Amino acid sequence: MAHGAASVAESTGHHRWGAGLAETLAVAALLGIAGYAALFVAPTERTMGVIQRIFYFHVPSAWTGFVAFFINMVGSIAFLRTRNLKWDRLGVASAEIGVVFFTVVLVTGPIWARPVWGIWWTWDARLTSSFVLWLLYVCYLLLRTLVDEPERRAVVSAVFGIFAAFDIPLVYFSIWLFRTQHPQPVIGQGGALDSRMLNVLLLCWAALLGVMALLIRQRCRLETLRHSVEGLRADAERNATGN
Amino acid sequence: MTGLQSLMAAYLAVWAIFFGYQFTIGRRLRQLQDEVERLKAPAKH
Repeated sequence: MAHGAASVAESTGHHRWGAGLAETLAVAALLGIAGYAALFVAPTERTMGVIQRIFYFHVPSAWTGFVAFFINMVGSIAFLRTRNLKWDRLGVASAEIGVVFFTVVLVTGPIWARPVWGIWWTWDARLTSSFVLWLLYVCYLLLRTLVDEPERRAVVSAVFGIFAAFDIPLVYFSIWLFRTQHPQPVIGQGGALDSRMLNVLLLCWAALLGVMALLIRQRCRLETLRHSVEGLRADAERNATGN
Repeated sequence: MTGLQSLMAAYLAVWAIFFGYQFTIGRRLRQLQDEVERLKAPAKH
């Protein structure tokens, strides 16, 4: 009981929820600057016009989602090697944040596509594999609700997380491997993006990575508190049956 | 829907998703804190 209570105190009383104020303000400022740059500073694309500016949060959201899912894979492997539940907490936090970012991708993509392609969605390689990636991690989160025992839940999640991560390179390389409706890459192989657009794109990505880091840290602390509460609950049940 | 309307819709959707997620985090936190108080209460008596 004492250990559980001490863990709870550590999770709530002595740590301010979310990141420190300075870090939150820094990320908020960066996000504000990036948003302003995306809407007003980046040059207007010649053929698509203003709607192309969706690109400045659609693409960085996808990249940030990939990073979050990669962190989940790292946490999953680390948990299976060490059996330390802190890696499981990192895993679930990063998976959840990755789902949030990929929800942004799957919502902003069709909003862009409707006026440009005339359709909201098509089942091409890039869009389908992205949807499957999102679905895999939603299943990861649902799977965790089906297993009560923390250690077993962590093992099942870790194995599933490693398996799900195989879709990440498939999504990324689908543009090169298959004929797709999705626009071709604008940076890297075959891409040639205007330097001003590239700078704004990278600025937006930096801002979203900052948001991701804050959210993962916040979600990890929530998971730590939840774990502590599970311990308190178990102690209370033991005391009740023992008395 | 014009290009500008689509852009604004996408922008609002992004903010709605992030704020919606923050709201769920806040709600889960409150539920856990309530449960902590409930579990601690018998120990005080």
